[in-house]
Amino acid sequence: MNPTEPAVSAVGLRKSYGDKTVLDGIDLSIPQGTVFALLGPNGAGKTTTVQILSTLIPADGGRAQLAGHDLESDADGVRAAIGVTGQFSAVDNLLTAEENLILMADLHHLGRREGRRRAAELLHRFDLAEAARKPASTFSGGMRRKLDLAMTLVGDPRIIFLDEPTTGLDPRSRRTMWEIIRSLVDDKGVTVFLTTQYLEEADQLADRIAVLDHGVLVAEGTADELKRRVPGGYVRLRFSSPRDLDSAAGLFGTIAKRDPEALTLDIPGDGTIPTLRAVLDVLDAVSVRAEGLTVHTPDLDDVFLALTGGPGAHPAPFLTTDTTPDMTPDTTPVTNLQESAR
Amino acid sequence: MSTVSHAVSDARTMLRRNLKHALRYPSMTISVVVMPVMMLLLFNYVFGGALGTGIGGVPKGDVDYIDYVAPGIILMAATSGAVATAVSVCVDMTEGIVNRFRTMAISRASFLTGHVVGSVIQTMVSITFVVGVALLIGFRPDATPVEWLAAAGLLTLLTLAFTWLSAAIGLVAKNPETASNIPLPLTFLPFLGSAVVPPESMPTGLRWFAEYQPFTPVIETLRGLLTGTEIGNSGIAALAWCLGLTLVGYLWARAAFRRGTR
Repeated sequence: MNPTEPAVSAVGLRKSYGDKTVLDGIDLSIPQGTVFALLGPNGAGKTTTVQILSTLIPADGGRAQLAGHDLESDADGVRAAIGVTGQFSAVDNLLTAEENLILMADLHHLGRREGRRRAAELLHRFDLAEAARKPASTFSGGMRRKLDLAMTLVGDPRIIFLDEPTTGLDPRSRRTMWEIIRSLVDDKGVTVFLTTQYLEEADQLADRIAVLDHGVLVAEGTADELKRRVPGGYVRLRFSSPRDLDSAAGLFGTIAKRDPEALTLDIPGDGTIPTLRAVLDVLDAVSVRAEGLTVHTPDLDDVFLALTGGPGAHPAPFLTTDTTPDMTPDTTPVTNLQESAR
Repeated sequence: MSTVSHAVSDARTMLRRNLKHALRYPSMTISVVVMPVMMLLLFNYVFGGALGTGIGGVPKGDVDYIDYVAPGIILMAATSGAVATAVSVCVDMTEGIVNRFRTMAISRASFLTGHVVGSVIQTMVSITFVVGVALLIGFRPDATPVEWLAAAGLLTLLTLAFTWLSAAIGLVAKNPETASNIPLPLTFLPFLGSAVVPPESMPTGLRWFAEYQPFTPVIETLRGLLTGTEIGNSGIAALAWCLGLTLVGYLWARAAFRRGTR
């Protein structure tokens, strides 16, 4: 396929069960050789999206193309190009790790010798060689997930779907999984479509992230772009006396939020060096000494809650924060200092 | 390779997988064999004396009860395999591996074909075992080699019919427990036919049911082939039932498999 063509493109995917709409018109375009993360809370429709794109269930509406094959008219072409590691382990418990891989090789019609070679290579690569002759039922969660992914890779898929690949794994297994996923893209140039409810995972792995909520994509972009879309970042200054706090608060006006008990002042801003310099310059100009300074950047958790309408959260323009209820439209936020400094 | 040879090779791969399962997890296979063997011993040694005198004159003069009951019990071996099929299909369905198969470019039918052929082989092995035990405890069939072959063919057909039905049950059952319960009435049906006593000895309503249910003609044909009793129309009826049930089971299983994920 043409290298400029997207690996996955979808327009207006819809799916409902009875009168419950699960997907309400999803558009996707994923370039080849990139990692795409579909982020969303439980029940957002992530798994349904994967099931539709991996030919498991038909969509009620919309069209999609994967690796140049039309999902509806050429499902077998799609199947030949994809590999799927679902949310629930899809290994054969009664077979050994090696037998599981050879089963996959046989179903890909690789031939006996090539099948064995591929199985041995994958066992080695995923550090499963020692457990090769043990039944999969005896495997730990992390080993199982690795075997599951190894089975997906036997057929050398161009597009890999990973539905919540690290859910339920311990931190170490999760790191291992991340390394494997990253190496797939770096070494083999495959396209990875992963779903996750872990923001950190999307942040770590994905080139682009789409946030899915109630069957609708509510945001799409890089991790940084998404973080910029929500409030929550501020610079916190700590002072040694109420007098210093008061004079500093006077300088920043109503956008800053003061906490007289902790002697802190929160100034909304994105925490970049120019922002910090601007803040410190203001203080220096009047010789107010801050005892300490910490930067709080919005993480994807803030993004997630703001975009998916979590408890008490609602999408808000960038500089309003719930810590500045009295903010007026004409105040000059700190970030604008940074903008003008460019 | 062509599509057809792919389909055959995929089905062979699946069959190999299922036979490996049967070897790795033999308790299911053993229970399939043990049930009919227990029945055979129970009916021959515990009930045999009383039942034998009661029906001695009915089928064909003074036959031993073991000769009357053995074909019926052999047939139960075919039905008890059905439970195992339903369970193993259902376990596969609940374990996610089927969804993996569905997302691969493999022949759609191979998953079910592998299961069904594997189960038929397993059941035929257990039938052979039950026949062996029957011979050991005094079953004396007078069948010629051709009649033995015909009996084996009929049993294979019947097993095939029940295996397809059970595969469909395994596909629609919510969990393996349900899957093992649904086919139970099937294994009970031979009792309401001519398996252990002739329907002539039953009350009218039951007798009517016994005479028209699928097992009776199959049992009568089997009994005729093995011990030389009258077959009559039973042969045709048995074949028709087997082919009909196979077709129903096959279509049902195929539709259930296509219906998609759960």
